[in-house]
Amino acid sequence: MATRIVMSKLSPTMEEGRIIQWVKKEGDPVESGDVVVEVETDKATMEVEAMGSGVLRKILVEENATVPTGTLLAVVAAADEDISSILAEAEAAVPSTDGDGAATTAEPAATEPEPAAATQPVAVSAPEPVVESQHDGGRVKASPLARRIAQDSGVPLQSVQGTGTGGRIIKRDIEAAISGVVAAPVTAAVGPEPPYQRVELTQLRKAIARNLVQSLGPVPHFFLTTEIDMGRALDLRAELNRSLEGSGVKIGVNEILIKTAAQALAEHPNVNAAFAEDHIRRFTRVDVGLAVAVSDGLITPVLRNVGPKGLRQISTEMRGLIERARERKLAPEEYYGATFTISNLGMYGIDEFTAVINPPAATILAVGATVEKPVVIDGSIEIRSRMRVTLSCDHRAVDGAMGAEFLATFREMLENPLRLVL
Amino acid sequence: MAKKPEGIKDSYDLVVIGAGPGGYVAAIRAAQLGLSVACIDAETDEGGLGGVCLNWGCIPTKALLESAGLARHVKEDAASFGVDITSYSLNFGAAVQRSRKVSERLTKGIKFLFDKNGVTAILGRAKLAGEKKVEVELKSGGKTTIKATNIIIATGSRPKTFPGFEFDGDRVISSREALELKRLPGSIMVAGAGSIGMEFADMFAAFDSKVTIVEALPQILPLEDEEVAGVVGRSFKKRGIAVKAKTKVKSLEKLKTKLKVTIEAPGGDELVECDMLLMAVGRTPNVEDLGLEAAGVKLDENGWIQIDEYNRTSADGIYAIGDVAGPPMLAHKGSHEGAVAAEHITGASTHPVDRNNIPSCTYCHPEVASVGRSEKQAKEDGFDVTVGKFPFSANGRALAAGAPDGLVKIVADAKYGEVLGVHMVGHNVTELIAEVTLGRALETTVEELAGTVHAHPTLAEAVMEAGLATLGRPIHI
Repeated sequence: MATRIVMSKLSPTMEEGRIIQWVKKEGDPVESGDVVVEVETDKATMEVEAMGSGVLRKILVEENATVPTGTLLAVVAAADEDISSILAEAEAAVPSTDGDGAATTAEPAATEPEPAAATQPVAVSAPEPVVESQHDGGRVKASPLARRIAQDSGVPLQSVQGTGTGGRIIKRDIEAAISGVVAAPVTAAVGPEPPYQRVELTQLRKAIARNLVQSLGPVPHFFLTTEIDMGRALDLRAELNRSLEGSGVKIGVNEILIKTAAQALAEHPNVNAAFAEDHIRRFTRVDVGLAVAVSDGLITPVLRNVGPKGLRQISTEMRGLIERARERKLAPEEYYGATFTISNLGMYGIDEFTAVINPPAATILAVGATVEKPVVIDGSIEIRSRMRVTLSCDHRAVDGAMGAEFLATFREMLENPLRLVL
Repeated sequence: MAKKPEGIKDSYDLVVIGAGPGGYVAAIRAAQLGLSVACIDAETDEGGLGGVCLNWGCIPTKALLESAGLARHVKEDAASFGVDITSYSLNFGAAVQRSRKVSERLTKGIKFLFDKNGVTAILGRAKLAGEKKVEVELKSGGKTTIKATNIIIATGSRPKTFPGFEFDGDRVISSREALELKRLPGSIMVAGAGSIGMEFADMFAAFDSKVTIVEALPQILPLEDEEVAGVVGRSFKKRGIAVKAKTKVKSLEKLKTKLKVTIEAPGGDELVECDMLLMAVGRTPNVEDLGLEAAGVKLDENGWIQIDEYNRTSADGIYAIGDVAGPPMLAHKGSHEGAVAAEHITGASTHPVDRNNIPSCTYCHPEVASVGRSEKQAKEDGFDVTVGKFPFSANGRALAAGAPDGLVKIVADAKYGEVLGVHMVGHNVTELIAEVTLGRALETTVEELAGTVHAHPTLAEAVMEAGLATLGRPIHI
């Protein structure tokens, strides 16, 4: 029984993928579950496994080629099995090919279409894996029971990955979404949606959203900057690290910022939110993303449910995530769907900057370097460690005063940081 | 290696052992998916192509029950329906003969389906012979060994009995012999009031045998809803069948012409004389002489082959389906497992077997059908339960058919309307269960059941009305 290896949609935003390396070569025996090829998505490097056993009969896309999702990459079949119909079907599906062997889009060439005349290995469009089909064409496939539970609990069906037949959303998927756990899907996972409470839009809120988009673009940003005295937070960090000496754990400034953000968000839940066209999602859990520079870009590993976690656990988990981010080994659910994001460029000596919001979150905090500077305190000049932070807010979900109140709490907590270790 | 008998290849992608409703479906499905398949059947007294189901189970019993139904109509209904039958006689032998013809026709159909799909049918006794090999003692003589990339064990089950009540093939019988009786017993005791026992009790009573049915558990049809079992029990008693729950067969004395059975009833021991004793007290898996242990196929604590949700056994590449892989012992369960196993072997898109959505049917009069949880199980599982019922006495089609005994009962979740279980008793309900089974598979709620147009007049309207009843708004009651 021949099985197809297809460029699957491995993350919610993935539209194409690049073949990094064929782990198996044509003619190699393949067992179901064997890693056959490494693929680079827009966010990470993923290993693609064979779904059936046999021999890797035909590789259709060369290394380094970039092809759209759904493209047939290779065929696994028994050694003597006739796969000509699959290959013919594949060729027939190719409107045209480009010269370097990596077909890109399915756009027919304007002049000489050469159907089925490919001399190079070509990529072809094969049916999408069934699991992905639910979000296509605007129709969400969901069972009546799943719809009722989703409606009752405010879970948007669009955010749920279906695990039923053909990717249909069924009861267990909604229950998983409610409990914050994503049910194991048949193929690749996409990011989980953090749990939230649905807040209906008022007419005023709709008008604000419309107007701001018209004036500022898809996500209407505004920015709030404040300066925070970091003296006590740094002292606390030094003290914690002395007590942790030899344990292998070290608390960094970022971990303190993550913890502080989670606590401040707990007091200002309306900031832990996202704008979702016809409603606002007020997340009922704090998932903090931390922007991490990688060799050719940026990725934000997400630490889930920060609220109940202590500094030590945050440090351990975050370091693991960062390490894997740098190796580009993060799974989609590890970098998608932060409810709040921190971007820290302090180590580059940047005093102050503004960050661009990473949807679906409504906010991002840009953190500058902590520097010693003269400050007027009670009428006299003192040298203090000061850090400037700028909160970018999506004005459709967060208003100026809301953002300012959150930021004030964030500052007060950092300036009186003992609460963090309680 | 010795030359293979004609038509048998050295190796197959899949060898299925057993050609019952599990095995033959698995073989055909695998062949559809492009595998080379051989299906081996020992063709014993108990089976042959089509297995117990087609030869000595589902199908011939249904044929006999149709005869019984007709006899009942003639006796009870004909005159009031305006058909005066002045003289009739019951010919049990002819009924048995007809049932055999129905079986024969269907088992021939299996051979046709195998040929059509390119499945090699091999008659003989198969045994696992290590390292993906199957050894077959051919019915035509000699032995042969076949290589198999995958193996599906579908050897089924056989009737069991209690010590002291051993089958003698003549007077102490199982369902197997009951389907080929040369003479109708004047009186018969049926031990066990599950589906098999109830169907035979009904059939013998319709042919005017004096029937006693005993059940050790507090309720006849112990796996069915209590209210449903009550409707059947009352109907049986009305027709002169002695129904004794909480009663066990204790000892047996075989006299020259009669059997003397001592039964242990709540009120003390009783002695019942009868011509025959049908033991319908359960079935036991056919796991012997298959080389299971050597092949690494483990049994569970109850003696069934241990399987996972795709029916894989503990041995790589070996699957087990149907009765041999554990209860419920239902042909449709075996067939479904067969298809899932075949699909899993080929890597075709499949789904784990949903063991919570297997319907169960009993074809006595009145018929019984159910799927899913009972009200009690639903409560134990923590659901806030609402129950909607609709009696056939308020259904036009049932009344027209002269069959007011019956009801449809839906157990639903009060909050979201999930259909947790459906229990039915009455005329043709074994055909009605499909609607709610599909509904459950699609996660339909009672809103959709109640909100779907049901043709009038049909028995299926009772399903819609029971759905409405769970919502507190039935129309016709």
